Amino acid sequence: MPEQIPEDSVGLVQPQTLHFDEPLELRSGRVIPEYQLVIETYGELNADRSNAVLICHALSGHHHAAGYHSMEDRKPGWWDSAIGPGKVIDTNRFFVVALNNLGGCHGSTGPQSINPETGKEYGPDFPIVAVRDWVKSQVRLADRLGIEQWAAVVGGSLGGMQAMRWSIDHPQRLRHCLVIASAPKLTAQNIAFNEVARQAISKDPEFHGGRYKDHDTVPKRGLMLARMLGHITYLSDDSMREKFGRELRRDKFSFDYEADFQVESYLRYQGESFSGSFDANTYLLMTKALDYFDPSIDHDYDLAKTLSAAECKFMVISFTTDWRFSPERSREIVDALIAAGKSVSYAEIEAAHGHDAFLIPIPRYLDVFGRYMETVAADIGLPSKTQSDNSRPEGSN
Amino acid sequence: MRADLEIIERWIQPQSRVLDLGCGNGELLEYLGSAKQVHGYGLEIDAQDIAACIDRGVNVIEQDLDRGLANFQDNSFDMVVMTQALQAVHRPDLVLDEMLRVGKESIITFPNFGHWRARFYLALKGKMPVSDFLPYTWYNTPNIHFCTFKDFEELCREKNIHIVKRTVVNREHRDHWASNLWPNMLGEIAIYHVTK
Repeated sequence: MPEQIPEDSVGLVQPQTLHFDEPLELRSGRVIPEYQLVIETYGELNADRSNAVLICHALSGHHHAAGYHSMEDRKPGWWDSAIGPGKVIDTNRFFVVALNNLGGCHGSTGPQSINPETGKEYGPDFPIVAVRDWVKSQVRLADRLGIEQWAAVVGGSLGGMQAMRWSIDHPQRLRHCLVIASAPKLTAQNIAFNEVARQAISKDPEFHGGRYKDHDTVPKRGLMLARMLGHITYLSDDSMREKFGRELRRDKFSFDYEADFQVESYLRYQGESFSGSFDANTYLLMTKALDYFDPSIDHDYDLAKTLSAAECKFMVISFTTDWRFSPERSREIVDALIAAGKSVSYAEIEAAHGHDAFLIPIPRYLDVFGRYMETVAADIGLPSKTQSDNSRPEGSN
Repeated sequence: MRADLEIIERWIQPQSRVLDLGCGNGELLEYLGSAKQVHGYGLEIDAQDIAACIDRGVNVIEQDLDRGLANFQDNSFDMVVMTQALQAVHRPDLVLDEMLRVGKESIITFPNFGHWRARFYLALKGKMPVSDFLPYTWYNTPNIHFCTFKDFEELCREKNIHIVKRTVVNREHRDHWASNLWPNMLGEIAIYHVTK
């Protein structure tokens, strides 16, 4: 709980719900007849509507990227380390839009919504949404907000895939694309992890083929296992060693099958809390969207050819110990962009935190990220950070 | 701009695709981009230099030259430039091969270890030369493969690399009559333009 809101926080924020009546045709061929998107915005859209930045979320993310919903909140939004007044995505100058994607479980239309055709909850019948479908829905969101062109589209992990998709499908609608801890497509190993997670959920006896609501149950054990597995893959060997080592919960072994080691109880706690707040059908859908992503599929599996449509500038960032979305995968994106003659910069950040690093305020990461955002600001004629800091009213620092 | 970059700049065609190996703070690429509409990328591993490139809006890729250039396609650049880095890579000969595989032409600059000051230092003191210009001692120097102009030209001959042009300058990167008279003894920095 924040006793008092930090000065570099966007403060108390409120989500908004936008309704879209126009049917959305999906990659699968299926159609979502109507839908709603829950969003949060920070900062103000300037007069020429040029300062908008779109934040695309990862697997378990949502619209609440920064600030607090109430003074009772234990933690701020998921990317509060990067978004706020004076932060790398500086809300004093940029208008930041974050949304919960379709198929999500935080208010946007998804498996927990009512299917207008049946009057019942979609559940497992909610169509699988692909990254390109999300981007399509985000284009309509931009239209609704009157944003012709984003100053930047920014995303980490699965969010980076959306940012890339924007650059390919809607080249004129963004000036900069920031792809962080992402990949041009998943590897077999990555798909395998997702499959184990899906099996854990779908084999939970409480899953009932995805109709757990009808049975008044929640496949908690499956979700918990999926999250525990995922969590291991988001950390690095080093960071787990540093965080937990072989530390015991009590001073000696229990010689039963209860959690002896701190790492066990940590994972159990993470899994438990996640399984109480996340929808199983959404988890399945999100992992499928990840697995299916490979924009080169429409261009003879040639990524350079795929990205040749892009008109924006790119910043790609990876982290040394990220083995789920390793630096090699980011370098594939960079190489393809260079081969396609696109403007791109790439930084490989030394970090012990594995895939999670993209959410952690690592000094060099925020430095590079912030410097790039300064060039974005300069590109659209916004004042530099120092200028805008000086112009802030006295006492606001 | 650094004086050697001024010389290099003259050898680069407008609108060409340039790869700068060890691009430093991005000075050359920024200039080439604005003055010659060159589309360039720099490779760099120093965090401060990478930051400086980003500030300038120069395309910079964090990549260690010692890991090779295998990620770049054959002849994908018009010019591959490497200034003052040849002596710091593990295998200068392989880097040279790679430069001419990836680029149609290359420009290379390096400090001449055959310069009289270096010779004098080693001959008289019996110790590895340390100077303002090359201030490192033997155990902490990033410069692990010093060579002289003669050495470099011999390597080019062995590899059938064609030397299009050579300019020899002093440490201020100025062309000096003495450097031209006896380059291997009196020239401090060599700037070579080579092709296959």
